[in-house]
Amino acid sequence: MLEVQGLRKVYDGHGRRVEAIADLTFTVGGGEFACVVGPSGCGKTTLLRCIAGLLPPTSGQVRVAGEPIAVVFQEYGRSLFPWLRVAQNVELPLKAAKMPRAQRQRQVDEALAAVGLADAHDAYPWQLSGGMQQRVAIARAIAYGPSVLLMDEPFAAVDAQTRADLEDLIRSVWQRLGVTLLFVTHDIDESVYLGQRVIVLSSAPTRVVENIVIDLPGERDQLTTRADPRFAELRARIYAHIKKLPSQRAEHGSTHDLSR
Amino acid sequence: MSRALWGLAGLAIFAALGEALPRLGLISPLYAPPLSRILSLLGDQVQQPRFWTATVDTLKTWALGLLIAVVAGVVLGVAIGAVPVLRAATASTIEFLRPIPSVALIPLVSLLYGATITSTLVLVVYASFWQVLVQVLHGVADVDPVAHDTARAYRLGRWARVRYLFWPTALPYAVTGVRLAASVALILAITGELLIGSPGLGREIGNAQDSGAVPQMYALVIVTGLIGLAANLFARMAERRVLAWHPAIRGEVPV
Repeated sequence: MLEVQGLRKVYDGHGRRVEAIADLTFTVGGGEFACVVGPSGCGKTTLLRCIAGLLPPTSGQVRVAGEPIAVVFQEYGRSLFPWLRVAQNVELPLKAAKMPRAQRQRQVDEALAAVGLADAHDAYPWQLSGGMQQRVAIARAIAYGPSVLLMDEPFAAVDAQTRADLEDLIRSVWQRLGVTLLFVTHDIDESVYLGQRVIVLSSAPTRVVENIVIDLPGERDQLTTRADPRFAELRARIYAHIKKLPSQRAEHGSTHDLSR
Repeated sequence: MSRALWGLAGLAIFAALGEALPRLGLISPLYAPPLSRILSLLGDQVQQPRFWTATVDTLKTWALGLLIAVVAGVVLGVAIGAVPVLRAATASTIEFLRPIPSVALIPLVSLLYGATITSTLVLVVYASFWQVLVQVLHGVADVDPVAHDTARAYRLGRWARVRYLFWPTALPYAVTGVRLAASVALILAITGELLIGSPGLGREIGNAQDSGAVPQMYALVIVTGLIGLAANLFARMAERRVLAWHPAIRGEVPV
């Protein structure tokens, strides 16, 4: 379970005070798949970094039941270490956690097989295509055995076909592992297709605009699910929310500036 | 024509000039003997044990000094670079000590150690240490923020971060530092031997000059050049092996 309570983040520096997140409160149940959408520059990444413990919140708190947390970043090319081979990249967090070698080996093999890269152990990440690299990053997250998985716009940099494949992959991974999954995206369609719930954020200073339960059938398919009238309704509802938000801020991707 | 052939052609022209200019009297053969004379004297030299003792002394001073400088530079560089407080505390001191030319320490070391290898070694270490240290510091500062976030998110401890993130990131810089340090170390080894009189090729060059053996002096100078060339070739080979994953070296990859 993941609980965000009264989270607020103000960036203060370089003579500029920026309130990225005003007040966020929401809960993601154990084993739930929740998506976070919002206009660009609304502090989605800030939120994720606060949850991952990479950034201290100005106030409020994040409570996570169960450890550990795994993160999949958007920039797979920079998140994977080019000097390590694929299997070594996946293994590294386990090695750092001092897991015994045999167990490490097993978890790495399983994770790479789960993302369809059973034969890429000895490749370097930069020898693989973008989609395959992101699969490696997902395998690293799976192998870590997380109870909470955070994903920060993980498919924003891959082509449409690869993206659809990766969406289906992540749904099957989630179903198999039963992890609590928080998936940040700016793509409304993606958020509806993937999650059980969509948390819609406002532009900065960020608040929760709406919490929408996605009551689509659990078995999802790129063609039939996206053709479902209910899919279109949910999509339209979220779209209307994001459209209503002050657009000039969204366009500039800037955050609310308190100094003006 | 390939690059190697162009290179050989350039060398041949240079050699021809070295031979022809003194012979034509365009430059005085007294101060610049024809290349063939220098080379034949070099041939004599390599048969004498004295020459080899001097060469080994120079190589020893050079290699030992370089080794000390590289180890110290890498260890301190990674340690200082990985700890922001240390970095802030040492930056000004480093900037102050670094520009001091090693040769300015010659009076000090000859006072302390006399005309010994130790004297020259101190100069070599001092000069090449900064090359490595500064490069490693730059390298550690170049750690990718996303890679760093990844390391933190996956709870890599301090040692794991140094071993798997800071060190590999700094490695290309360190290799450049070692290459620079290798040539600086050779310069200082020869300078020290020449000016302090510690054993080695530099002292032999000085002796040759004192006794008016000009062609012999040139022969020894050529040897120091060859050592520098070999050191650089070796450093480049090592670079290609160590940095096979680096974008500058890995070449074309299927995308």
